[in-house]
Amino acid sequence: MSLLQIFEGPLFYIAVTVFMIGATWRILGIIAIGRKTDISPPKASANVGFIAGNLRHFLPRKVFAKRTWVHIVAGYSFHLGLFVLVIFAAPHITFFHDRIWDIRWPALPRWGLIIAAQFAFAGLIMLWVRRFSDPVMRLISDWDDHIGSWLTFLVMLTGCLALQESHDALKATHMLFVDIWLIYFPFSRLMHAMTFFLSRGYTGATYGRKGMNL
Amino acid sequence: MNAVAQKAIDKFLEFTDSDIAAYADSCVHCGECAEACHFYMATNDPKYTPTYKLFPMVKAYKRHKAPMAGLKKLFGLVPPEVTEEELRQWEPLVYDSCTMCGRCTLVCPMGIDVAGSIRKMREGYVAAGIIPDGLVDAGKNAERTGSPMGVTFKALSAQIAHQEAETGIKIEIDKKGADYLALLSSMEIMGFPEIIGSYAKMFKEAGVSWTISSEAFEATNVGVQIGSGKMAKSLVQRVVDAAEKLEVKHVISPECGHAYGALRWAGPNMVGRQFKFEVIHIIELIEQLRNEGRLPAGEKDTRRITLHDPCQIIRRGGLLQEPRKLMDDSCSDFVEMEGAGVCNLCCGGGGGVSANPRAEELQMAAFSQKLKQISDIGEVEAVVVPCANCRTVFEDGLDEFEVELEVIGLGELVAETLSTK
Repeated sequence: MSLLQIFEGPLFYIAVTVFMIGATWRILGIIAIGRKTDISPPKASANVGFIAGNLRHFLPRKVFAKRTWVHIVAGYSFHLGLFVLVIFAAPHITFFHDRIWDIRWPALPRWGLIIAAQFAFAGLIMLWVRRFSDPVMRLISDWDDHIGSWLTFLVMLTGCLALQESHDALKATHMLFVDIWLIYFPFSRLMHAMTFFLSRGYTGATYGRKGMNL
Repeated sequence: MNAVAQKAIDKFLEFTDSDIAAYADSCVHCGECAEACHFYMATNDPKYTPTYKLFPMVKAYKRHKAPMAGLKKLFGLVPPEVTEEELRQWEPLVYDSCTMCGRCTLVCPMGIDVAGSIRKMREGYVAAGIIPDGLVDAGKNAERTGSPMGVTFKALSAQIAHQEAETGIKIEIDKKGADYLALLSSMEIMGFPEIIGSYAKMFKEAGVSWTISSEAFEATNVGVQIGSGKMAKSLVQRVVDAAEKLEVKHVISPECGHAYGALRWAGPNMVGRQFKFEVIHIIELIEQLRNEGRLPAGEKDTRRITLHDPCQIIRRGGLLQEPRKLMDDSCSDFVEMEGAGVCNLCCGGGGGVSANPRAEELQMAAFSQKLKQISDIGEVEAVVVPCANCRTVFEDGLDEFEVELEVIGLGELVAETLSTK
């Protein structure tokens, strides 16, 4: 069995299993801690607030934009770019089809992927540079923030190198980093990609039932 | 383990619910919250980053309560134990530099409620006995008299008598079966007693049956500010007992920031049951009376006037449009600040900061941001501040920065611009 076969075969399935079990454990663990039942008479629905809170925080507020524009630009650039790369790169669609489910969808042309990759790289690098150059981020960042950034960067970089699918070694390197990333994910702050739903939702629910302004 | 630190850690963990857990596990350390915090904006000191203020509580959660904490502990991947020294180092961040205004939540991509988290974190500090002296004194006063400033009913009676003489309207005390029981804050009673006369004028005009209790007239809940659930509960219970004894239908929360939240939202949860009366904010009531045609607006104030949005009433209280409607009815030249409404800047003295002399310099620095926000809209002749605590902070701040600007309450403005039939 070649390294590529190991990394996209058994190791990949192990990584996905760790990812799924770990992420579920963390999400259920947070929910299981529980919230006290609020007996004050509500003004509006907490459930609607949960959803509204989630949606509202996708949109930055104009009044803060002057002070946070770097983060807004870099954050959206990275997350949207990465989303497009993961979902619409032809090799990913084929991989998902062959390994996970029997569904296919249209792939982005190569030029589209290159643009998405440029946005993703530019955003991620900007965010990481700020981690050590901005006094606030430097104070509050820890090793987990840096490891998460670097692992994601390496997954993206090796993915670009493997895009041509010209050499198995490049593809194997990409798959190895994908596997490491998947295993690291549930133990790290990368989990924010899932816990954001609870964080925004709980605040939204509290604000919602009190008729507070989101 | 140090006993002081252990007490705080135990409380941190007790108050770590799913909300706190989700916040701790979602914060990506982006630092955007700093850009919304008036203390950071005024000083550019990174230690005032809101999420940083929560670090000791987050550490305790990650070490002891987080999902996978046990597994991570085996590999030495949990944070070290919170120490007493660390708690003391964080005390000024938790008490002096957070007004629990909630502005940072609006900018946070994860929607983290730092203000609510600080409220819970302070419970740990109270358990450990690490509290600023100013708040300890306010707490002692409140335990003794119900008022953080030690205001007694005798002092209130004198102010009521004065307002009765000013307005020519009799104010009923302990009137059983009245529809409304009005609460006041100590700062209103001692600093802005004209609000009592304004209530009398408005309620007479609207035909509202109301009273003031000699046993529970204070709305301020210093227990909420300090972070003492026990004290907060006893102060709420005092109001509940008086209101139910007088069989009133409603209790009016005054123009005081956190009092409304303490009674309306936290109150039933502290007492453990729903009240036999409804809690209504004075701004809600005035607007309701106006909508019913019972409080018609008269000649408008023609000065150029702006409105300050007290955080606990507007952003966290949900009363966004009501004061604006009343302003439009009462002023011919009402001008809004940039970011007015939900995103408005805090005065810098909420959440117990103004009761904490140690924080005075920092509070003034934060107020300078508010002042800049006002000066950015050009010259205004008055600012309406519908919170007695904010109003005191404004008056002290304007004095400190030698700025001439009249500060008035919303109730007073409405009372002064009522239609005279």
